[in-house]
Amino acid sequence: MFTDFFYILRKNKVPVSLVEWMTLMEALAKGHIRNLDEFYFLARAILVKSEAYYDQYDISFQEYFQGVEAPEEIAQEVMDWLKDPLNRMLLGEEAQALFDSMDFDELMKELEKRLREQTEQHDGGGHWIGRGGTSPFGHSGYHPHGIRIGGQGGGRHAVQIAQERRFKNYRSDLTLDVRQIGVALKKLRQLRRTGPEDELDLEGTIKATAKNAGDLDFIWQRSRKNTVKLLLLMDVGGSMEPYAMLCSRLFSAAHSSTHFKDFQYYYFHNCIYDNLYRDIEREDAVSTVHLLRTLEPDYKLLVVGDARMGPWELVERYGAINYYERNEIPGIIWLRRIADHFSHCVWLNPDAPRFWIHATVNMIGRLFPMYPLTLEGLEQSVGKLVVKK
Amino acid sequence: MKKDSFAQFSGSEDYVTSEPLENAVNVSIALGRPLLIRGEAGTGKTLLAHSIAEGLEKKLITWNIKSTTKAQEGLYVYDTVQRLNDSRFGDKDISDIKQYIKLGKLGQAFTSPEQVVLLIDEVDKADIEFPNDLLNELDEMSFHIPETNETITAIHRPITVITSNAEKELPDAFLRRCIFHYIEFPTPELMEEIVRVHFPDIKDSLLGEALKTFYSLRKVDDFRKKPSTSELIDWIRALIAGGIPHKEVSKKIPFVGTLLKKETDYDLFVRNFADRRW
Repeated sequence: MFTDFFYILRKNKVPVSLVEWMTLMEALAKGHIRNLDEFYFLARAILVKSEAYYDQYDISFQEYFQGVEAPEEIAQEVMDWLKDPLNRMLLGEEAQALFDSMDFDELMKELEKRLREQTEQHDGGGHWIGRGGTSPFGHSGYHPHGIRIGGQGGGRHAVQIAQERRFKNYRSDLTLDVRQIGVALKKLRQLRRTGPEDELDLEGTIKATAKNAGDLDFIWQRSRKNTVKLLLLMDVGGSMEPYAMLCSRLFSAAHSSTHFKDFQYYYFHNCIYDNLYRDIEREDAVSTVHLLRTLEPDYKLLVVGDARMGPWELVERYGAINYYERNEIPGIIWLRRIADHFSHCVWLNPDAPRFWIHATVNMIGRLFPMYPLTLEGLEQSVGKLVVKK
Repeated sequence: MKKDSFAQFSGSEDYVTSEPLENAVNVSIALGRPLLIRGEAGTGKTLLAHSIAEGLEKKLITWNIKSTTKAQEGLYVYDTVQRLNDSRFGDKDISDIKQYIKLGKLGQAFTSPEQVVLLIDEVDKADIEFPNDLLNELDEMSFHIPETNETITAIHRPITVITSNAEKELPDAFLRRCIFHYIEFPTPELMEEIVRVHFPDIKDSLLGEALKTFYSLRKVDDFRKKPSTSELIDWIRALIAGGIPHKEVSKKIPFVGTLLKKETDYDLFVRNFADRRW
């Protein structure tokens, strides 16, 4: 039952596995779901494991049950009827054959089809949707197990709830707040034992004590600390202006994360040339060569920028957007030096990936693994930064 | 409310639920799977377990997770230090290892002669691998103690409620086995109901003003920690105790310290409130 719904969910990138699907089937088989509203909430509780996917779930739900309004009482009758074969005895032969050939979701589909075909109000009769007829759809009709349309309602129905899409803001592929970024950056850690020996090594103590013929002999060890050092380079000004807010969030999350062993950040405009800057106004310059010399290659490098510029700005001498910079070495060479120096680096691009088809974005993308600046992209890039090489 | 074997839980006297939440609780009980609850701080995630225990008249076992908690501690602890100590000074029979095996919260829940409600609070506080270490135990509801060659199997599957603040992402394998529910922040209507549960005698005028002020404060995006339900309850308690007339509530916002807990938020409030920006 509802197998198509499973595939629609997967198509909409809700990570549903067979384990969860079978759980839902179990719940259905045990009769825990009696109407479409309950189906909406319970299927969500069983299939969806993060509010980030609630919106995709709503969309899938709409897609599957589109145009279907099933007030709870009637839908329940359908379910009950499906469960109880005795009910079928009450039906005429024709109706029985019809119902035998359909399960609940087919019934819904059939309803949808007929809704589309019908363009006028219809009372009486045996096929169209209307009142007092014998079609399985409509209200006040003879058909005992039809799906009611309109008539008395009561509360909001599942499809309507789905249509509201209240969880749009929880989607993880949209923008981020500081805390979410902080959580993502938290994964950027490598624990090593460092510092003074101030943690009791219980195993070691027991072993030593046993060797010592039962006289207590305490063994101490160093505690585990995060050894990750982070370097953040951010493109500011110009085409990055619309993303200023997003970048400042990333910055404050990284800055307030206390667990890095070291955190350094520099700014640049458009592309990196001879200098990087300590401030957004780009007055306090540090030479790029100096940085490459002083920062060890084990700094994890995060570059944030749209990588979008005039091709000459990237590949030509004196290509810098600021005329007075007079760079002898083209930006692409600087970028290659940086990418070669650090063992782990990623490029976060605030532009959506569909805008990445651009000459300079492609060239930079070949130097740095590029990810969108979304929660998902950030998590992927953090994953890239912690892999052992 | 329906009262068949499936629909067991429908809130308790001092806890207001929504239908989706009740359904999620009931399906998790019926299928014997852990219920994972997520939501903003102060929306009553922990209280839910208390309410389930109270509503179904079952004992509640709470396992508070800290950053140092290990999965093993929930099962059992072999108190080797005590045994070592006894071997030197004690008069107990140290060859009986059983007396040094102390069951953890999970172990206690399994061995309880009656079905209990097990609350694993703030599971995301622990190490990233923590939930994975509990997978098998929560699945099979049994574990083995190698020291005594004993297998502890749950007499009754405990009703397991797990809360998370989403500080760390939980592993997929763990999620697959759970029923998930996200507690949304209550709407003003639901909030009114919640407040009335706590203060049945509250005057409508005071409640109205308090809720209005509360929701307008929540709209301020610059707060680092927006006030939540539990803060509202505290605040209203303070308002009632202080005998504040309802007209003054939105004008002066007395006892704002009960609503805003961070210093920076408080400063922001003081600075902007004078200008009446909101």
